[in-house]
Amino acid sequence: MDTREKDIEKLKDYKYGFTTDIENIKAPKGLNEDVIKFISNIKKEPKWMLDFRLKAYQRLKLLKEPNWQKPKYPKIDYQDLYYYSAPKSMQDKPKSLDELDPKLLETYKKLGIPLQEQARLNGIAVDAVFDSVSVATTFKGELTKHGIIFCSMSEAIEKHPDLVKKYLGTVIPVTDHFFATLNSAVFTDGSFVYIPEGVKCPMELSTYFRINASETGQFERTLIIADKESYVSYLEGCTAPMRDENQLHAANVELIALDDAEIKYSTVQNWYPGDENGKGGIYNFVTKRGLCKGKNSKISWTQVETGSAITWKYPSCILKGDNSIGEFYSIAITNNHQKADTGTKMIHLGRNTKSKIISKGISAGFSDMTYRGLVDINSKAKNSSNYTQCDSLLMGNKCGAHTVPYIKNKNYDSNIAHEATTSKISEEQLHYCQQRGLDPEEAVGLIVNGFCKEVLQQLPMEFAVEAQKLVGISLEGSVG
Amino acid sequence: MSEQLQSDFDKLVKTSKFSSEEIKFKKNFLNNFIKNGFPNRKQEDWKFLDISQIIKKNISDLSFFNDYSQSNKIDLSVLVDGLEHNKIIFINGKIEKIDFNFEDQNKIEIIDETKKDISFDYENSLIDLNSAFIDKIFKILIKKNYSLKKPLIIYHLTNDKIKSTNINLRLDFELGENSCLKLIDYFANTTAKNFINIFYNFNLEKDSILKNYKIDKFRNNNLKYSFNNIEQDNNSVSETFVLSAGSDYFKNEINCNLNGEYSSAFINGIFSLKENQQHEIRTTINHLVENTKSYQLIKSVLGKNSKSAYQGRIFVNSKAQKTDGYQLSKAILLDETSEFNAKPELEIYADDVKCSHGSASGSLDENSIFYLMSRGLNYQQSKELLINGFLMEVVEKITDVEIKNLITNIIGLKQ
Repeated sequence: MDTREKDIEKLKDYKYGFTTDIENIKAPKGLNEDVIKFISNIKKEPKWMLDFRLKAYQRLKLLKEPNWQKPKYPKIDYQDLYYYSAPKSMQDKPKSLDELDPKLLETYKKLGIPLQEQARLNGIAVDAVFDSVSVATTFKGELTKHGIIFCSMSEAIEKHPDLVKKYLGTVIPVTDHFFATLNSAVFTDGSFVYIPEGVKCPMELSTYFRINASETGQFERTLIIADKESYVSYLEGCTAPMRDENQLHAANVELIALDDAEIKYSTVQNWYPGDENGKGGIYNFVTKRGLCKGKNSKISWTQVETGSAITWKYPSCILKGDNSIGEFYSIAITNNHQKADTGTKMIHLGRNTKSKIISKGISAGFSDMTYRGLVDINSKAKNSSNYTQCDSLLMGNKCGAHTVPYIKNKNYDSNIAHEATTSKISEEQLHYCQQRGLDPEEAVGLIVNGFCKEVLQQLPMEFAVEAQKLVGISLEGSVG
Repeated sequence: MSEQLQSDFDKLVKTSKFSSEEIKFKKNFLNNFIKNGFPNRKQEDWKFLDISQIIKKNISDLSFFNDYSQSNKIDLSVLVDGLEHNKIIFINGKIEKIDFNFEDQNKIEIIDETKKDISFDYENSLIDLNSAFIDKIFKILIKKNYSLKKPLIIYHLTNDKIKSTNINLRLDFELGENSCLKLIDYFANTTAKNFINIFYNFNLEKDSILKNYKIDKFRNNNLKYSFNNIEQDNNSVSETFVLSAGSDYFKNEINCNLNGEYSSAFINGIFSLKENQQHEIRTTINHLVENTKSYQLIKSVLGKNSKSAYQGRIFVNSKAQKTDGYQLSKAILLDETSEFNAKPELEIYADDVKCSHGSASGSLDENSIFYLMSRGLNYQQSKELLINGFLMEVVEKITDVEIKNLITNIIGLKQ
């Protein structure tokens, strides 16, 4: 059973690895005040936004890059990156899809995300982000009818400054850790969602991130606000071309749920993972944080992480409102030389708050996977509870699976339960499946899908099917 | 602090009879410690309870000087009754008596190791501190095929001659092939505000068995740190039991290397804490070869203003297939001011393994209390009965019946 050789033999096809040949406008290389001013200027931002960025930049100068994570990476030269890159045709904002550069339309079509509404994905509104700018947002008309704001961050800064000013940076302050602060200083675009009071968003909202230009970091910022008694389900997908160099993706995502509101945030992350020798790939260093601000609010994170050379992120929930609920469902798959250090933080501050963590990690090839999580129940969070389950599956003995949970219980009324297991696919299960006519690869696929089922169930229908396929593809060739 | 360390060290050199060789070694350790200082919360292993802060808060006038030229009187009244045993009596930082009267003297060898190079490769500045200021280091060698007839009790005592002082102890144990040692650490400190730093190094050869029971039961205001390093060869067994209840601060660290096939390690611990106590157990089990096994069970009962932490790490090397590793930590929080922290960690590089951990914490189950009260017990009695049962599970894991009874009595549990 030599998994390794078979692994190398059967190279995985990354079908999103193409590049779109398009003319770009870039900011000068490097990170300094002028570049920040350039970004702010080209986006025609008001002064308060520039001040926000500069404040973050001042703070950034004092911060050091963290180094406690498990996957180590060569030092990033922040002066050797482009912080802004946008298709030239986007300079004068096209008014409609007809004016949009056909090359861009073609790119999204190839990725399976048609932007024309005729070819719409069943009732999903899409915001497409290409390198540093949002190129199109679909179904705007329909959403406006309900009073829902769904647009690019730049547009929101221009048209809804009050909302942005009120909420931006309240969950992830500009003084947060290194990458979050870097993002606050140089973020380029992203999605903005506001669901007004009492509205249940009639369709899934989604953003599709695409990195195209080389030597470019993508720094997008997403802000979702669910006002009282509202509901929204939001999806995020990502891909990038195949390149030999590592590219940095450092996004910030802030969610705010007011009284009785619910936000469901799902991610299928499939950035380019690098080749089978670990060359190239995206560094996915993302800060995602949700604040259950109001009582009875709920935030639920679901993620399927299959791509990226290094994934380093902890979608978190701050349960501030009484009776609020935080959930985290995750599947992380690493193959070849991929590395992941991911998990969640559940900070219980309000009374009767509940959180649930289900994490499934699968590592194959030479990869390394870490679940790192924090459950912190504050002394004021009376009668709160947490349930955590993290299971890891190992394929081969060249890979690693690690579990590092931090558990802090400061409240005698509250309960925390944590369980974790690490094992491999049992010979009996494989034998059983093969006996019934499945080949070994199919058998593993079936068992892995069963292993991940609890998480896959949480995804919206259209995504679940795609994610299930992705799980299969990511592990191709890892069974001997 | 570095000036004080230096001057206390000079004073120590003056009053003791160290050879120039020893002084050279010691100086080296001293310099390492001066460089690194006490560990603090910036270090991952000291995240939950920061010893440098705790020492600063509790013993502001900590002295490192200990006059080894004076001998101490042994207070016979503290000795354990009703169990025949061998003893090592350690008072105020000095080993006053080593007594293996119940054993065949040819089978046990006591070697003075003070003059050897005793450096130990482990990133921990407290071991440097220990090596720099220690009086004598003994190695206890148990020869092939010999099982001690009676357990060995090490008495950790302090008397009123000593105050606000750092006390160091180091013992090395070598268990020859197919030998067996039962070792009880018995803490009975009558004075307060000392920092006691203990380092044991065990080497278990093929088929040997080590059972170590640490009993810190009587309430005292000392700070303690204990580090056990255990190296295990083929088919050896180590069993460690920790009762962590008496001191203001107590951190037990156990590092176990399973170097031989079919070796196994068992660690069981009880925290029973009250007013302002802060205790921690940190374990590292390194599964380095095939077919090794480890099992850990840690339970806490936490009263007012107390805090316990458990950091358990299971490491499985890529060669260590068929590893079986298990960790469970449970805590009952009795008061709104009590706090429980845990970090059960798995680091696994082999696929054919069975590793799991669990952690649960919360208050006493109201339904169980209701059940007991409906059968005529009052609230206090029901609570006590439940806690009794909760802790009894850990005590039941003790494999030596005699010692199990002794510990049950010391804790005051009902069977």
